[in-house]
Amino acid sequence: MTKILILFAHPALEKSRVQAALLPAIKGMQGITLHDLYEVYPDLNIDVRHEQSLLLQHDIILFQHPFYWYSAPAIVKQWQDLVLEHGWAYGSTGTALRGKRIGNVITTGGQESSYDKEGWNHHTVEDFLLPFKQTATLCNMQYMPPYIIYGTHRITPSLIQEEVVAYRQMLEELRDGKSLTQ
Amino acid sequence: MEHSYFFITMIYLAAAVIFIPLARKLGLGSVLGYLLAGMVIGPSMLGFIGQEGQDIMHFAEFGVVMMLFLIGLELEPALLWNMRAPILGLGGLQVLITTAVITGGALLLGQPLNASLALGMTLSLSSTAIVLQSLKEKGTLSSSAGQSAFSVLLFQDIAVIPMLAIFPLLAGASSTHKDGHTLRDNLPAWGQTLVVLGAVVVIIVAGRYLIKPLLRIVARARVRELFTAFALLLVVSISVLMSLVGLSPALGAFLGGVVLANSEYRHELESDVEPFKGLLLGLFFMAVGASIDFKLVLSMPWVIVGLVAALMTLKTIILLTLGKVFRISTEQNLLFGVALSQVGEFAFVLLSFTNQYNILPEATVSIMTAVVAISMALTPLLMMLYEKVIQPRFNVADRNTRQPDEIHLQEKHPVIIAGFGRFGNIAGRFLRVNGIKATILDLDSDRVDALRNLGEKVYYGDASRHDLLEAAGASDAKIIIVAMDTVEQTLEVVKVVRKHFPHLQMLVKAENIPDTYELMDLGVLHIYRETLDTSLRMGADALNMLGIRAYHAHRIASTFRKQEDKALKGLSAIRNDKKLYINTVKERIEELEKLMANDKVTRWNSPAQGWDESSLINEANEDQ
Repeated sequence: MTKILILFAHPALEKSRVQAALLPAIKGMQGITLHDLYEVYPDLNIDVRHEQSLLLQHDIILFQHPFYWYSAPAIVKQWQDLVLEHGWAYGSTGTALRGKRIGNVITTGGQESSYDKEGWNHHTVEDFLLPFKQTATLCNMQYMPPYIIYGTHRITPSLIQEEVVAYRQMLEELRDGKSLTQ
Repeated sequence: MEHSYFFITMIYLAAAVIFIPLARKLGLGSVLGYLLAGMVIGPSMLGFIGQEGQDIMHFAEFGVVMMLFLIGLELEPALLWNMRAPILGLGGLQVLITTAVITGGALLLGQPLNASLALGMTLSLSSTAIVLQSLKEKGTLSSSAGQSAFSVLLFQDIAVIPMLAIFPLLAGASSTHKDGHTLRDNLPAWGQTLVVLGAVVVIIVAGRYLIKPLLRIVARARVRELFTAFALLLVVSISVLMSLVGLSPALGAFLGGVVLANSEYRHELESDVEPFKGLLLGLFFMAVGASIDFKLVLSMPWVIVGLVAALMTLKTIILLTLGKVFRISTEQNLLFGVALSQVGEFAFVLLSFTNQYNILPEATVSIMTAVVAISMALTPLLMMLYEKVIQPRFNVADRNTRQPDEIHLQEKHPVIIAGFGRFGNIAGRFLRVNGIKATILDLDSDRVDALRNLGEKVYYGDASRHDLLEAAGASDAKIIIVAMDTVEQTLEVVKVVRKHFPHLQMLVKAENIPDTYELMDLGVLHIYRETLDTSLRMGADALNMLGIRAYHAHRIASTFRKQEDKALKGLSAIRNDKKLYINTVKERIEELEKLMANDKVTRWNSPAQGWDESSLINEANEDQ
């Protein structure tokens, strides 16, 4: 069984609809560790050693977050800056994360069509995630294509439920190794 | 000379108003000021007041009762229980040994046994009023000397009860004792004990189950003077009850205070009784001053001077020995010994008893009365002497023997911490673990010694003295953290720093809103209210436990704090000359109301707009 670590980041979950529905649905799933960054570190004072040991205990790392200004909420950057230390995660002796897989689970307000050369965002979500991809590469990790839930601004409650079911299923398959990429 | 009530009142008040500021200006505390005022207006000098001085003294003794009530209010039962060892041990031994030694001395001087014993007991007591007031004024009540003195005084107050019971037994054959004026007098021994215990139980039970609900009702009436009236009624009733069963009213009031110490009306009671206590105590001190019969003193100066000197030396030696046994540090022990060296106000009562019971002849009683009054008047002087001469010398001696400390001072630490109590020591430890060295000044010599034993560089000394700050390297330091134990001390330090070391950045601890204002008025920029951060952190945790996200709770707590600071600054600017009265509870409540009203108008908890997608959602839906 593949062990999955979900690094969850939402600074205002009380305002959220989709992420707020996803979170309880994946809580307690076997083989999946849900790590709610803003809840654990409200002062953004990240415990680096604890985070590193969590990483070592898992095979797949997923950042789950809303898409803010074409990137992740601030605590994810803080986490990267502090946890991915030189000599540990990268550099000539930094091999701790070698071979692990990493990826983003993203909700966007805009429709899928807007994330396109022709759309008003002019780029795909994957394009915007380039820094995540290169970070993974530098840390000798395999970057997985993002799992995206588009159009949350207009999403209906019943559609949210469908997304919840789909997301759970995706995680189960990932955990049980049924799909290689996602 | 017969004077009208109003005339006498005017004389007393005028004397107080003239002498107290004068005494303070000269650096003699207010107690000495009152005593001097009493001497001047008394029969021996100006003669404005005459024989009624004695009556006034009885009336003014009520001030002592109020003081004990207030002290009780500040002392929770658990705290009192913790002090049982010093109260019983230190206090008990002091009374026993002093009584024995003085009795022996009197016997040697040719007094009969019963008179000697009466003198021994009478003179073993010290003055609760003078000692506690002086220690409080100097801010040393919480030092180990202050606590020890308090324990002894408390025991003495308890010891008065058996003494009053013993006195009739010492009475000579031709006792002129009047018939029973207390409930106990006509009862057998076991009955008397029962009555005494019953009175104590009544106070405790009534305090718990009767007074607290009554206070609530009275408070709800929202008539301010009614609460004051009730507070006074409470103290007076306790006194009446205690006198009825022949107990010390002061002790009863103290007990009543302790019972109410953890009631929610404690502070209101305190602030209501406080001014009455102050005035009556002042009156009491003036009466003591007036009671000194200078004619008698001048007719036999050496006898009286000798008696005062011998008595005070004897008491001091016994106290110092006991202090040593109870491991009080030398410097604190000296304060302890000096503070309690006088004879207390209860001696006046006991002396008049000895006269009534024919234990002592009239002449001896008036000599002893003069001796007691003089010893009381000398106490503030002695304490001043201690403060000005003995204590500083102690510091010098202390430092000379610890040469290495001097060398370390040469390192010129960038930070000075004035006050290393609960608050200062956290800031200090935090700086230290971050490699910042600080010079620490503290006023509690026992704490200083304890910290030094732990290897901390702590200096004993009053940070409001600019020469001491200079010695601590204030000229070269960058920052001073002011975290003194009391508001008065804090303000003193701030004023001295502002005057002599304006380059120092001050970070100052404040206790509550009124002293925050005072610090703002003094131009202090960095003020830290003692409990603000902790209580907000607690509030945030409470929100979190109720299901609010930790990050959101953290942010709104932080916003709340900023808002609070801003609101305080705003209110400080508009409060004008009201600050004189700001210490009263009513004002404090008003401040709180203003702050809370502010909470409602200001959207301090407005959500972060950046994360609020509702407008985006609306727009998206409009586009559809």
